[in-house]
Amino acid sequence: MAMLLGKKVGMTQVYDESGKLLPVTVIQAGPCAVMQVKTGETDGYNAVQFGFDDVKPSRRNNPETGHAKKANTTPKKFVKEMRLPDNAKPECKIGDLITVSVFAESKSVDVIGTSKGKGFAGVMKRHGFGGFPASHGTERKHRAPGSISSFASDAGHGGNLKKGKKMAGHMGSCRVTTKSHSLVAIDEEKNLLVVKGSVPGSAGGYVIVRSSQKV
Amino acid sequence: MKTEMLDAVERKGLKEDTPYFEIGDIVDVRCRIREGSKERIQVFTGTVIARKGRGINETFTVRRVIGNEGVERIFPLHSPNVVDVKAIRSGKTRRAKLYFLRKRTGKAVRLPQRHSKHTVSK
Repeated sequence: MAMLLGKKVGMTQVYDESGKLLPVTVIQAGPCAVMQVKTGETDGYNAVQFGFDDVKPSRRNNPETGHAKKANTTPKKFVKEMRLPDNAKPECKIGDLITVSVFAESKSVDVIGTSKGKGFAGVMKRHGFGGFPASHGTERKHRAPGSISSFASDAGHGGNLKKGKKMAGHMGSCRVTTKSHSLVAIDEEKNLLVVKGSVPGSAGGYVIVRSSQKV
Repeated sequence: MKTEMLDAVERKGLKEDTPYFEIGDIVDVRCRIREGSKERIQVFTGTVIARKGRGINETFTVRRVIGNEGVERIFPLHSPNVVDVKAIRSGKTRRAKLYFLRKRTGKAVRLPQRHSKHTVSK
């Protein structure tokens, strides 16, 4: 399994061999510094910690700068771990630089990002409710959720609603994983990954790219 | 920086030498068409009435009248399936979009001819 941290650059289009126009997202991924290698003996589990996007040492506190110094790099804005199975041995050492070439053999990737914030959203937008008719006597209820419960359906809930009832509320700016993007191209010179389809978050947002877990 | 990186990806899909033609030209568009496993080249002839978009999204619209019915096809300029565009005849135009041709019928759809160097006679 391979993982890399990166930044969403934006979307564009690319022709494939058969002349089909594919919608693609460009991700600037890596080079990521290995900040720490965690092993079962020292930390209780196996993992590799990556850092991406340099930041001035004066902008970070001493513990963070010191942590980066052990890996012989500057502090990073975006630091994430790649968890490894218990019996696996990490292949990289502390201080290594990981580039997009780790995906050379992968056909597809999963991308994890923070979705665009939608604010306080109603049930139609948030949960895909149908709403009410625009006319035929509907008054002030066009996008309303409808009944949220009844005496009968509430039975056994102690006078409260059922847990997990879909209602209006905050939507977006949360971690979203999109799976099995086929990998269209890799630019090792510019550290770019070109993946098919759209990826969570706005352009410039941080994303985690990992080789697809589904084959 | 952002556009730089997007351009770098787009540039690989762009044709190096795009065929030269102008708005108002009558062109032969040679288009690769796949029917099952067979491939053949289809030619569409008509007047270029618009050119839109930029970069990899650039398209051009070709209009012709077939049996009293106007037919317009929009071709992506950089598509590998658009093999070749040959300008046969130039038309005299004063604007970039020739949508006014849609309202014209009969002989009026023809534009006054202009002699230019880039056209190739059949």
